[in-house]
This record gives sequence, structure tokens and C-alpha cells, in this order.
Amino acid sequence: MTPVRISIAASIASLVLILVVLELIRGRRLKERYALLWLVTGVVLLVLSLWREGLNTIAGWLGVSGYPPAILFAAATLFIIVVLLHYSTVLSELHDQNVVLAQRLALLEERLQALSTGSPSAARSGGTEGSASEAESTSSETTYSGRPFASS
Amino acid sequence: MSALSTRVIAVVPAYDEEGAIGEVVAGIRALDNRFDVVVVDDASTDRTAGAAAAAGATVVRLPYNLGIGGAVQTGFRFALEQGYEVAVRLDGDGQHDPAELPKLLAPLEAGEADIVTGSRFTGGGNGYRPPLGRRIGIVFFARLVSLLTRQRVTDTTSGFQALNRRGIALFAEDYPSDYPEVEATLLVLKHRLRLLEVPVRMREREHGTSSITLVRSVYYMLKVTLALFVAMFRRYTLPAEAAQQ
Repeated sequence: MTPVRISIAASIASLVLILVVLELIRGRRLKERYALLWLVTGVVLLVLSLWREGLNTIAGWLGVSGYPPAILFAAATLFIIVVLLHYSTVLSELHDQNVVLAQRLALLEERLQALSTGSPSAARSGGTEGSASEAESTSSETTYSGRPFASS
Repeated sequence: MSALSTRVIAVVPAYDEEGAIGEVVAGIRALDNRFDVVVVDDASTDRTAGAAAAAGATVVRLPYNLGIGGAVQTGFRFALEQGYEVAVRLDGDGQHDPAELPKLLAPLEAGEADIVTGSRFTGGGNGYRPPLGRRIGIVFFARLVSLLTRQRVTDTTSGFQALNRRGIALFAEDYPSDYPEVEATLLVLKHRLRLLEVPVRMREREHGTSSITLVRSVYYMLKVTLALFVAMFRRYTLPAEAAQQ
């Protein structure tokens, strides 16, 4: 059976995690969509800490006979891996978006420069085209800027 | 610039709505010549931007998909920067009938509200019956927001709205990111803006598919409930623009 002190310490730690996450959301330093996984982690750990028989049972299923609190560590590790993996995908998405932003900014700057100096590039894109064909020409950009994020 | 004060900007977020967007834009412009239309194209993969521009809308194209909240907020920022006193918001899929716009604008222009929402579930609506799962969600959030704010609201998921300058300023400054309508309703009430619901008919979708699939519903419920819960512990001030009035 899990020592009571471990149950108490683990419960307090889980509660603190949950409260810190909620406070970060409240202070707008953490968005709900990135907080949900942390909250699930906190709740699962809290349940496993308080529900001592359950921890024992799960330890039995997994063949951990000597020391049931090992399941707490295993659960915590598993959830941290999931959160980190999730953040890696988020980071990758942000990276892609950042590239698109930098490219769009550079192209806009070039266009602005061309418009102010009246270079051939300005005549090419600014002057004679109507609003409809303007939109046609911009919608072709969609093929590289929009598609990678279409599923998000 | 004084002519702008009588003009109304229609904010229309659209993602892959090339089949519907032209009709939506044309419908708004045909209704009354004081409407300007800005379509926020949320990085569509089809010809939404071209169709919207051809129908006479100003098109703002986002460089990548921000989701409905980011797209809508872009439209309100445009409205604020351009100095519009009144804005309406319609979805780009055609479910919001421009012919209903006068019902939304009337209480706003009478000074009875800062934000008017078209509700499918208050008296005189079309008795719209969404599928059971969605109905549970809609009723759940309507009850929850009513409970949290002590003001009765029937349709917190409706994106069919009219806003005055205060409403535009609030949403331009602060608008939730994904599945934004429920949180936006709470935000409006927490900032002490006057919200009014009027009954409207909504059409069934003719093109495209709803952005809310069964798989995403669980995330949607969890995320919005969490956001509402946490929002109750925030202190709200009026945004600078709105406070000046």
C-alpha cells in the first residue's frame, strides 16, 4: 500500500499544479487551448494520489508489486511526454506561420517601395488592374500561404 | 468623414466559401446602399477572395488560417480603423439572411443596446431545431452564461450581430480565438455593454460544412467551459475607445 505521506504530498503537488494553471489563464498568460492538457494531467495525478486503492489496483495490473507510488511517477512522466510532444507540434506550426509572415512582410515592403518610386514593379501590379483581377492575382498566393494550415 | 457615420460596415468572415460568398456580399449590398462589406478571407484554399471582390466587397486576406475568432476580430479592427460607427457581422456561408439585418439594426439605432444578437431561440424565431448534440451544447451554454451573468440569453452561439462603436471597440481589442461566440457573449456582459437579442430566421447551410465536427465537440465544450469559469475571476475594464463615450 502507498504510504499516506506520499499520497498527501502528491495530492498537494497536483492541486498546486491545477491552481497555478488556472491562475495563469486568469492572468491571460496562458491560453485555454494550451492549458487543457496541463489540467488533465493535474486532475489525473490528483485522482491517483487520493484514490489509494485504485493506485494499488493499477499497480497490480501492471505487475508493480513492491511499490505502488511508482505508478504516480509513470503517469506523471507519460503526461509530461504528451504535453511536450503537443508543444513540439505547436512550435512547428508557429515556425511555419512565422516564415509566412516574414515573407509576406518582405513582399509588401518591396511593393510599397516600388509604388513610392514608380518603378516597373509598381506599374505591373498597381495601375491598370481592376479590383476583381487584383483579387484573382492575390488568390493564387493561397497555394503556398494557405494550404499548410488548412487542416488546423 | 462625416458621411461614414451613416455608413454601416458588414464584417463577413469566410473560409473556403467560394460557392456562397458572392451571394452573401451581393445580398448585403442590394439591401441598402449604406452598407460597405469587408470579407475577411481566413486563408481560404479556394477562390473565396476573388468571388468576394467580384461581388463588390473589400477583401482582407489573412496570411494563414487564424480560425473564426481571429478572422472576425480582423474585421472589427478594420471597422474601428476606418471610423465606422456601426458594424454588423454575418457568416460567409450564407446562413445569416441579409434581409434580417434591419431587425438587428433597429434597436441599435434607437440607442437601446450596444450589441444586438440575432437569436434562433427567442420568441418569433423560425423554430430552428438543430441536431440533438448541438442543441444540448447551445442550451447548456445559454444557461451557463445566463447563470454567470444574471442576464437571460437564449443564443450564445449566434454570430449574427450588430454593434455600435462601443461594441466594435471592445471586439477589436479583445475577442476570443477559437469557438469565440459564447465567450464573446460573456465578455460583452462583463464589460457592462448592453446586449439585446432579437428573433431571427437562419437558413440551413447550402455550401461547405460546419466548422464544428463531432470530434471537436468535446474539445469545444471543455475549452469554452474552462474559459467561462476562469473569466468569472477576472476583473474587467472598458476598453479605452469605449470608455471615452
